[in-house]
Amino acid sequence: MKILVPIKRVIDPYAKVKPLADGTGLDLGNVKFDINPFDEIAVEEAVRQKEKNSEIQIIAVSIGGAEVEEQLRKALAMGADEAIHVETTDQLDPSIVAKELQAVTEEIQPDIILMGKQATDNDNNQTGQILAARLGWPQATFASHVELGDKSATVTRETDTGEETILLPYPCLITTDLRLNEPRFIPLPGIIKARSKPLHKRERQTTDTPRVAVLDYVAPAGRSGGKKVGSVDELITELKAKGVVS
Amino acid sequence: MSRTLLIAFDAGDALNGAAFCQQTGAYDVIQVMGEPKLDLGAETVTTWNLPSQPPAEYLANALKDVCANYTRIVAVSSMQAKDGLARLAGLLDWPMITDVIELLGETKFKRPILAGSVITTVELNASTCLLTFRPAGFGQPTIGGNSKHESIKPTFTGVTKRVSATVREGGRPDLSSAKVVVSGGRPLKDAETFEKVIGGLADALGGAVGATRAAVDSGIAANELQVGQTGKIVAPDLYIAAGISGSTQHMAGIKDSKVIVAINTDGDAPIFDAADFGLVMDLYEAVPELTEKLKK
Repeated sequence: MKILVPIKRVIDPYAKVKPLADGTGLDLGNVKFDINPFDEIAVEEAVRQKEKNSEIQIIAVSIGGAEVEEQLRKALAMGADEAIHVETTDQLDPSIVAKELQAVTEEIQPDIILMGKQATDNDNNQTGQILAARLGWPQATFASHVELGDKSATVTRETDTGEETILLPYPCLITTDLRLNEPRFIPLPGIIKARSKPLHKRERQTTDTPRVAVLDYVAPAGRSGGKKVGSVDELITELKAKGVVS
Repeated sequence: MSRTLLIAFDAGDALNGAAFCQQTGAYDVIQVMGEPKLDLGAETVTTWNLPSQPPAEYLANALKDVCANYTRIVAVSSMQAKDGLARLAGLLDWPMITDVIELLGETKFKRPILAGSVITTVELNASTCLLTFRPAGFGQPTIGGNSKHESIKPTFTGVTKRVSATVREGGRPDLSSAKVVVSGGRPLKDAETFEKVIGGLADALGGAVGATRAAVDSGIAANELQVGQTGKIVAPDLYIAAGISGSTQHMAGIKDSKVIVAINTDGDAPIFDAADFGLVMDLYEAVPELTEKLKK
């Protein structure tokens, strides 16, 4: 069984990122980059499944410039068997990424694609669903528990009103939510071993250009809060004056 | 000619989505569950009246053909909207824009990135698109109109099978559209205490209950109560945060609330900078006192 895990290099999700003063981009001066946390959860899940079933082969894939090799090596260190680097410096959007991943999928024919529900930089939450639709595969987004059977995956997924469990025949696509697992700390031998694992490079297969352009970046309007009250009674008086309690 | 189709997953979506759609011009609605409650100016309201939400695969397959009649397919931002509309984007090969917070004409939109710490203006370079939007920024809809109503049974195809689903316990209003939300954080020590203290104040105010990610992760509140960038985005008239420090992630989900109240023992917690009214007090004293006094 093959699991394909697409990963994205993103701005460190814990960094405080501000727009440039002229609004033309983000101030990335000292910002670090990492695997998108939801994709890291996907790698972790694939590795845990492999620990239960040694027949599983895990292939990580990333699209971007030479720098994404760092994130692919991390996925290999976590336990992926091989990596594919789709080399490009082009501007991408979720639809282009899905089309490139479709080309990779058609070539290596995985049984399962496991990927993050969204990337923490652009917060689009689209790529997995677009890819599943293009492949004609069933999808389970927002996964919080995954069981892989012989012919199908049983996935518990978070919903707006709680959770549901669905059954997807293979091949299928699963996107991960926060509560699926906590990615492991990578031991040193894993990092060393990752250096000798295969990392294949390939070119883009499609020629689409983004259909949505970002025109500017600004900081959100702040709230002018900060007033303190001294007691519950004072709070109630203020809330009544605002008309939000009666 | 621009024409919008609103996918309303229930009557709440139809209401919450109407103000946005009225700003885009002529629109139709497909309502997946429930019956339309109010006339909100749509030209045609098509009711599916399903007993439960269909998996995204079925939903997208059923909607694919009808989309050719529209230039915009829109839905109020929610997990099911992102699940279903992005799949539809893949079937149609249309671009999609997630979490629109402001309309700047027909092809320009504002949307947050990086967990709400930056707002971008984006431009659509295509004639058609799908989008999800957060209703808070679009005001109240005009009530009234002369919608044509029809009811159809959609044709569903797909291989996904639902094994089981949890259903929300009734009683409290929906978190995403409630006028009052009372949320609790990690200091609420267990699920029982959380329900008694936070639930008690919410019930006294007729409001919904919310929670921080830390409270959900530690098992004292249910997943679907999580408020924040990775949970629900709320914009009530009154948001009361008890025992919440105010992480960026959480603030991104509440910043459009009209009035924010923070109750926390740590007077330096970042939530006090954003709160309209801050009370530096132990929540176990303050919240029950507030509950008692507001009940009267």
